[in-house]
Amino acid sequence: MLTIKNLNARVEDKQILKGINLKVNAGEVHAIMGPNGSGKSSLASVLAGRENYEVLEGEVDLDGKDLLDMSPEDRAREGVFMAFQYPIEIPGVSNINFLRTAMNEIRAYRKLSALDAKQFLKLSKERQKLVEFDAKLVNRSLNEGFSGGEKKRNEIFQLAMLEPKLSILDETDSGLDIDALRIVSNGVNKLRSKDNAFILITHYQRLLEYIVPDFVHVLYDGRIVKSGTKELALELEEKGYDWLKESLTEQPA
Amino acid sequence: MTKEVTIPLYNDLVNGFDHTNKYGEADTMQQARRNSFEKFKHFGFPTRRDEDWKYTTVTPFLQEQYHINGIAKEASASAGLLQQATIPNLDCYQLVLVNGHLQEGPELPSFIKVHSIKEGYRQASLGKYFAKNNAATTQHFAALNTALFSNGLFIEIDAKAILDKPLHIVHTYTSIANLFIQPRHLIVVHTGASLSIIESIVSDNPSSKIFINSLTEVVVEENAFFDHYVLQTAQKGTRLVNQTDVSQKRHSVYSNYTFCMPKADLIRNNLNIALDDDQTETHLYGLYLGEDQQLIDNHSLIHHKHPHCDSNEIYKGVLLDKATGVFNGKVFVEPEAQKTNAFQQNNNLLLSKKATINTKPQLEIFADDVKCSHGATVGQLSKEAMFYLRSRGVGEEAARALLVNAFAFDVTEKIKITELEHFINDLITHHIPGNKFEASEVV
Repeated sequence: MLTIKNLNARVEDKQILKGINLKVNAGEVHAIMGPNGSGKSSLASVLAGRENYEVLEGEVDLDGKDLLDMSPEDRAREGVFMAFQYPIEIPGVSNINFLRTAMNEIRAYRKLSALDAKQFLKLSKERQKLVEFDAKLVNRSLNEGFSGGEKKRNEIFQLAMLEPKLSILDETDSGLDIDALRIVSNGVNKLRSKDNAFILITHYQRLLEYIVPDFVHVLYDGRIVKSGTKELALELEEKGYDWLKESLTEQPA
Repeated sequence: MTKEVTIPLYNDLVNGFDHTNKYGEADTMQQARRNSFEKFKHFGFPTRRDEDWKYTTVTPFLQEQYHINGIAKEASASAGLLQQATIPNLDCYQLVLVNGHLQEGPELPSFIKVHSIKEGYRQASLGKYFAKNNAATTQHFAALNTALFSNGLFIEIDAKAILDKPLHIVHTYTSIANLFIQPRHLIVVHTGASLSIIESIVSDNPSSKIFINSLTEVVVEENAFFDHYVLQTAQKGTRLVNQTDVSQKRHSVYSNYTFCMPKADLIRNNLNIALDDDQTETHLYGLYLGEDQQLIDNHSLIHHKHPHCDSNEIYKGVLLDKATGVFNGKVFVEPEAQKTNAFQQNNNLLLSKKATINTKPQLEIFADDVKCSHGATVGQLSKEAMFYLRSRGVGEEAARALLVNAFAFDVTEKIKITELEHFINDLITHHIPGNKFEASEVV
């Protein structure tokens, strides 16, 4: 589904990604872990098409299409979804109207007819239930006055509505209490299928107890330095990232 | 006087005054006309040397050869023109004016009286309220209006009466030749009455220029409520100077909602609120959306003369292309106006590098026990918000429209008439450039 080859990117004058290689197949869940400042969130931003990131080198291919060549909205329409680490509050934009606009633009792009109000409402109710999202929040302004947990759950609700091929969850677990974490994880688990894929970006192993990944990658200084299965996450949890940093600095010698 | 040299219109106006039909008018009104014309001759048209006109030069809009009032009566409003003013699904009473002249209207409840202001001399109350507001006679355009006004409305709602539906007044302006016209209106909301009016200003035929110098006097008597919506959607070629002078009495509530929409060449609103008694409440909400080379200028003055009055003002501006916006909000608090609460805010979005805004809050406070605040901002759309919306598949133009609607929300949410709120939101969405959202939704 997604193939990243030698991806190099910078923000302003600072190079953040220094040759990322990653292949994600349909039906897989990949976790990307790593210490602060290793480039995890930057990777998510580059994939979603954030403006201030400049790709220096490399390719990203999504089912045969050049992802890097697309506008952020076209990436979304092709099936990429990023759950934001810090979802923005937009007073005055109604959560549900925004979502309906988004959904119908995506459908139009895929040459599908727009959902009418009734169909949309039905789908919305169904997905709210699936991800345990409060109906009261649905009708409010986008994230305005939401708690941290509510914002993250809204991201998962949007994910459930838009049904992307590839979902990138950028530190969705950070700042969540245990109940919110369980709800978010349950939502993701219910949405997992053989046709879609997830990239979970996280600092902590905790999330991976709820959403079990097929692969775990460790990102350090803009590169994937180690890949493995879910056991790797446990090892990191136990030994911390310093262990990895040390072993890395030893290796070249 | 130099003014006579620079503006050819000036001489025409002197002739126009001599030919204004004053037949049947009360002596006091004729006297008011004469006095005001002398004042106008003294002031002339405003120039940039006048502080209140520093950012708005009217001279370029006065260069054409205009007919003064005369041909106004010969026009009739086309169906298209009325269509422009139609607010979908709105249940209302509707009055239509063509160039200031009242056309046949609907049956109205007996407690609300609508006259043409020229017939108003038969009403004793006209003399009581007409041109009593100081501002109406001392400013350039206002003095000219009082001297030369051709026609307009005189609306009175009886004490304690409540009009069940909004009264929609459609001011249509249309002309086959250049026209300089002075409509004049007086609205009196008597003690304890409650009234909601929507005024729509529409025009057509951009090939002939129409300069509208409109003046509306409003009196809100004790304990009366007046929701006053003004929707300006005039076309290119139209120049609008629109003054509203409001006098509020004790316990009255006056809310003004002004929407300046694209196309008119010039919109200048002078909104003057005189708080002529204590314990009044005033809300001024404004939204201006300028495109192309439009110049939209909103001047407001809230004059706190007595204690315990609250005023609240929020104006929001969105400027595209080479449009220029001006906001000047003056709050004047007299020494005896203790316990005044006056709040003012003006926020602007510049969506183009060539758009301009001049914003000036102006608080003059001479009382010591008051709460007054003001704030002005100028900004662009948040990149972060744009990215968020786009990352969900919303196209750039649609995202911009969503955010502009959201920006205007602080004002639009205050509209108490749902159908009008929808109409305004649709107008905003429609005018954000290149917005194809409506088209792409239907596939």
